[in-house]
Amino acid sequence: MRGDGTAVATSLPTVGTRDATTALQRAWRRAARRPPALAGATVVILYVLLALGAPWIAPVDPLHTDWSQVRKAPSAAHPLGTDDLGRDVLSRVIWGTRISMQAGVFSILLAIVVGVPAGLVAGFYRGAFDQLIMRLTDAWLSFPFLILAIGLVTILGPSLTNATLAIGVAATPTYIRLTRGLVLGSREEDFVQGARALGAGDLRVMGRHILPNIASALLVQATVSIPGAIIAEAILSFLGLGVQPPSPSWGTMLNAAQQFLESAPWMAWWPGLAIFSLTLSFNLAGDGLRDWLDPKDY
Amino acid sequence: MLEYLIQRIAISTVTLAVISMIVFTGVRLIPGDPARVMAGTEADAAGLEEIRQKYGLNDAIPVQYLRWVGLALRGDLGESIRTRETVTKTVSRKLPITLELACLSILVAIAIAIPVGVLSAVRRNTVWDYLANGLSLCGLSVPSFWLGIMLILFFSVRLGWLPASGFVSFVENPAGNLTRMLMPAFVLGTTLAAVLMRQTRNSMIEVLTADYIRTAYSKGLAGRAVIFRHAIRNGLIPVVTILGLQMGALMGGAVVTEQIFVVPGFGRLIVESVFTRDYPLVQGVVLITASAYVLINLLVDVSYSLLNPRIRIKGAVNAR
Repeated sequence: MRGDGTAVATSLPTVGTRDATTALQRAWRRAARRPPALAGATVVILYVLLALGAPWIAPVDPLHTDWSQVRKAPSAAHPLGTDDLGRDVLSRVIWGTRISMQAGVFSILLAIVVGVPAGLVAGFYRGAFDQLIMRLTDAWLSFPFLILAIGLVTILGPSLTNATLAIGVAATPTYIRLTRGLVLGSREEDFVQGARALGAGDLRVMGRHILPNIASALLVQATVSIPGAIIAEAILSFLGLGVQPPSPSWGTMLNAAQQFLESAPWMAWWPGLAIFSLTLSFNLAGDGLRDWLDPKDY
Repeated sequence: MLEYLIQRIAISTVTLAVISMIVFTGVRLIPGDPARVMAGTEADAAGLEEIRQKYGLNDAIPVQYLRWVGLALRGDLGESIRTRETVTKTVSRKLPITLELACLSILVAIAIAIPVGVLSAVRRNTVWDYLANGLSLCGLSVPSFWLGIMLILFFSVRLGWLPASGFVSFVENPAGNLTRMLMPAFVLGTTLAAVLMRQTRNSMIEVLTADYIRTAYSKGLAGRAVIFRHAIRNGLIPVVTILGLQMGALMGGAVVTEQIFVVPGFGRLIVESVFTRDYPLVQGVVLITASAYVLINLLVDVSYSLLNPRIRIKGAVNAR
């Protein structure tokens, strides 16, 4: 992506217009240099719209069963076929976007809301609290992500909310560690010392000076961990520990599809392709965002 | 060096202690009365009290914790509620299967990642590099359980080349074992291959711009000799660490892979014990997984610093 010389050459403006261009235009031009990242971002936005507009976009009710239409191959009436209960696969995939997005975004939000303040305080004050947090995250990170999520869902009971909570809690130590590391790197910087010298209090230094400075790194991490959380939700639902039937989650759809691989393979194609295209797009967009936010990359 | 070693071991011990507390508390947070689960639904009040006495469930929580840790340190993790087999015995029966799967998947991952990663670093910014990058991005993004289902659909249902599921012991039937392990190992190795490929590419690029590589070229050494004799040796050091760090992900991946391909290993044991609410088994299995992760990473770190004097010093600084 970075070495795409032709794209750079064609999108560079003629000399002299630089002053006239606004910051927004410059930002767009730098983004336009990365077609894969733009494509990824576009697909992610499309999925967000799909999730928000599911009730209007989906052709039929995703829960409507029709016993005369059981496991029918794709046709004009059902473009992606029907499942073992005669439900429309296309409508279920569209509604499934909602569940995946919900699980992916809210779990990572939870991890950020808990992890970032903890990491800020640990990195800023160091000392005993820092040691405590570090040993705790050491232990926390020793549980494989998925096994920790499975264990938490066992405690909480299977449901979408609990799966989201479990994934969020499992992802939290990553944010504590990342934030702490970034704070350690920036607390000795001149702008922090300057703010201190001007009499800014601890809270002000953390909130107004350090946090904005590390926000872009946290944003990049979020775009990388949301696809991971989406896959984790699909796995939990696939194992029967997340969203419960008949709710149309991509994971539960794949679980049902497993029994009918021979007679109705389309039941397995579409939910899986939906997950794959969404996570791939998130990763493409995340890679692009990392380069885009990198000040060295102008 | 000794100081670093002691420090590393001390931190790991603390981590293990915290892990045991988390597992113990977690199991106690599961709703429901453990005595009732153990006694079954027909037990009366006297039966429940008997079980509480037998397992010391009436004692204070810290006392219960210390007793559990004491037994665990002697290798006694209790017994499964369902099968009455000791947890250690169940695990030692299931673990070799998962270890075989993990080793095979590491082999698959290395066989794909290292040649492709080296190629993409050497042919940087060419079509090959872009292809390799796209491949690794796909490997990182593809949900492994769906990949598994697709492989079954293609190779078992359509072509009938490979058995879709099941397990036979390697000792009894080596060929049957390997044909059944091929797809699971590939599925489990995919993510690992993607991660290793990225790491190989990055560290090879770093090495290829180093002074000693330029020296090797300028003294007239052929390109191939430079790459194989000088660059790869140094370039692969960071890859080994990543491999250690990925062991946790591999264990998590084994849960899903074994579920899809019906491999009766450690991962399937975790899911089964969760579904049957077999708490001693859940507790033991999670404790073993997390402890193994800590120990593996301790070993990787220590062997790493023993092998490479440059990292020994850097590592001691980073550990703080």
